[in-house]
Amino acid sequence: MSVLIYAEIAKGKIKKSSLEAVNYGSRIAAQLNTTAVAVVIGDGDISDLGKAGAQKVLKLKNDKLAALDPFYLTAAIEQAAAAEAADVIIFSHDFTGKAIAPRVAAKLKAGMVAGAVDNPVISGSSFTVKKNVFSGKAVAVYSINSLKKVISLLGSSFPIVLTDNTAEVVDFAVNLDSLNSPVKIKEVKQDTTELNLSDADIVVSAGRGLKGPENWGMIEELAKTLGAATSCSRPVADMHWRPHHEHVGQTGFAIRPNLYFAIGISGAIQHLAGVNGSKTIVVINSDKDAPFFKSADYGIVGDAFEVVPKLIQAAKNFKANQN
Amino acid sequence: MKILVCISNVPDTTTKISFTNNDTSFNSAGVQFVINPFDEWYALVRALELKETIGGSVTIIHVGAADSDPTIRKGLALGADDAVRIDAEPSDAFSVAEQIAAYAKDKNFDLIMAGKETISYNSSMVGGMLAELLNLPYISMATKLDITGTTAAIEHDIDGGTEVVECSLPLVLSANKGMAEARIPNMRGIMAARTKPLVVIPAAAADKLTNIISYQLTAGRTDCKYVDAETPEKLIELLHTEAKAI
Ligand SMILES: Cc1cc2nc3c(=O)[nH]c(=O)nc-3n(C[C@H](O)[C@H](O)[C@H](O)COP(=O)(O)OP(=O)(O)OC[C@H]3O[C@@H](n4cnc5c(N)ncnc54)[C@H](O)[C@@H]3O)c2cc1C
Ligand SMILES: Nc1ncnc2c1ncn2[C@@H]1O[C@H](COP(=O)(O)O)[C@@H](O)[C@H]1O
Repeated sequence: MSVLIYAEIAKGKIKKSSLEAVNYGSRIAAQLNTTAVAVVIGDGDISDLGKAGAQKVLKLKNDKLAALDPFYLTAAIEQAAAAEAADVIIFSHDFTGKAIAPRVAAKLKAGMVAGAVDNPVISGSSFTVKKNVFSGKAVAVYSINSLKKVISLLGSSFPIVLTDNTAEVVDFAVNLDSLNSPVKIKEVKQDTTELNLSDADIVVSAGRGLKGPENWGMIEELAKTLGAATSCSRPVADMHWRPHHEHVGQTGFAIRPNLYFAIGISGAIQHLAGVNGSKTIVVINSDKDAPFFKSADYGIVGDAFEVVPKLIQAAKNFKANQN
Repeated sequence: MKILVCISNVPDTTTKISFTNNDTSFNSAGVQFVINPFDEWYALVRALELKETIGGSVTIIHVGAADSDPTIRKGLALGADDAVRIDAEPSDAFSVAEQIAAYAKDKNFDLIMAGKETISYNSSMVGGMLAELLNLPYISMATKLDITGTTAAIEHDIDGGTEVVECSLPLVLSANKGMAEARIPNMRGIMAARTKPLVVIPAAAADKLTNIISYQLTAGRTDCKYVDAETPEKLIELLHTEAKAI
């Protein structure tokens, strides 16, 4: 028996969401008295996998895996799970996780919970797992009844814990000879923003209150000062003031940063649905009755065009004093 | 082009959520149900646009009880040709996928579309499971879709960017924002929907691998602490010392 965790490398290092998944999987493995095995594709520094709790790392080897095509990945993970006798498989609930975890679950006839927010409660062969439902308005407790189980973990649900453990690393040759994916990748467009929205600890978001795209300079500057990513409300993306991948909310990205700034955003329920999992929320709005203040931890009632420049200055002073 | 669009029936986005039976069931009393926005705005509308330009048919499929029929009729009013409702309780993603797969497996659909996720259970699972059960490629989070002959050109979201792919039909995809603009059904569509076929078929054998034991409302935030607009440095200080967020 083992717990298998799918991990990814980005920019030469293990992704933050993967470290969360490995931490999560290793906690489950400890409860089950079994081994946490991470699987990873490609080259990079994978020492963090051991530090995050994996006892063993399988480097999946097959040229067809390079493009991370779910068609091949599903088969590769199935083979790794069979070799390691894994009954529990953990993914991150990110785009790759959403593309492959359900396929793997269906292939293995494993009950799946997508977007878990807490450690499973294990009793015998049954797991109960919490996940957010109704766009964060509630939590549901699921029980997984099947022998095999797939869980994908919602990002930023747990702080990452790294120790000085090391994992045994072995190559694992995957056989994909009989498979030929009909999917041809024509082009990959990387986001130009430096910081990935879903990985960001701090997000600075602005809405229609900013009046036009030409006013985003101060939003970007505040973000840069704080080491934050930027996002926006839906109308802002719809009007093409900002790229669509910045749109957060029910129909956009759901994010859960440590700190979320909402500037000139009214706080419509569909917007909140994508951000109310943030640990701390700061709202800056000229209307003291803006609904967002009801969901905020800190608020400033004021004109963004006056408040934000002052805030940038204050943040710069703070950063300068820290160094 | 034969297109199948999977639609789910969800509480309207502004619904105030509550639970009954000791927090074990969703309280649907007084709740307005709608087609899941991703299924409607993005999957169904794009399917209709494709049908309008290259011909073919659009069938909508739903797994659920008769109380979903008004939602299904709305899909017909928007322009779908016919609808299928599989009379089963849609409580587990895998069993929903099995039901749809059992129906679709011998119908030769060129394209099967799901939404990115339901706004009720937010799982993003049914499309991928369906693709696996039908042994078809699955392109998740599609934001653009064009069909030329038997090839689909799709742009979709991946971690850290977007990817442009080409894939031969048939395939399964999940639809994300960008695929199409929302439409509103017109009077003619609404009238026509009344007589379009809505076939109800009995549930197939399916495996329920998960179930929901209980619900809990998410705790709201404690009162907002206000900082004067003239002294934003006070906010920075609070974020540092109190919230420990910077
Ligand atoms: C099915 C559905 C799904 C949706 N999904 C999403 C979603 O995913 N994400 C999303 O964001 N929305 C979504 N919406 C739209 C949502 O309902 C709101 O319309 C939207 O969030 C409003 O965006 P906003 O707050 O930027 O703009 P507005 O509502 O126009 O608010 C602008 C705010 O800026 C403030 N303001 C104005 N001037 C200033 C100033 N100088 N300084 C400071 N503040 C100022 C105003 O007081 C106001 O509160 C959805 C709607 C529906 C029906
Ligand atoms: N009961 C259902 N009937 C038909 N399609 C469904 C049903 N539930 C979910 N789907 C489809 O699967 C998508 C993803 O749903 P989910 O996996 O529940 O987040 C939805 O957007 C729908 O397209």
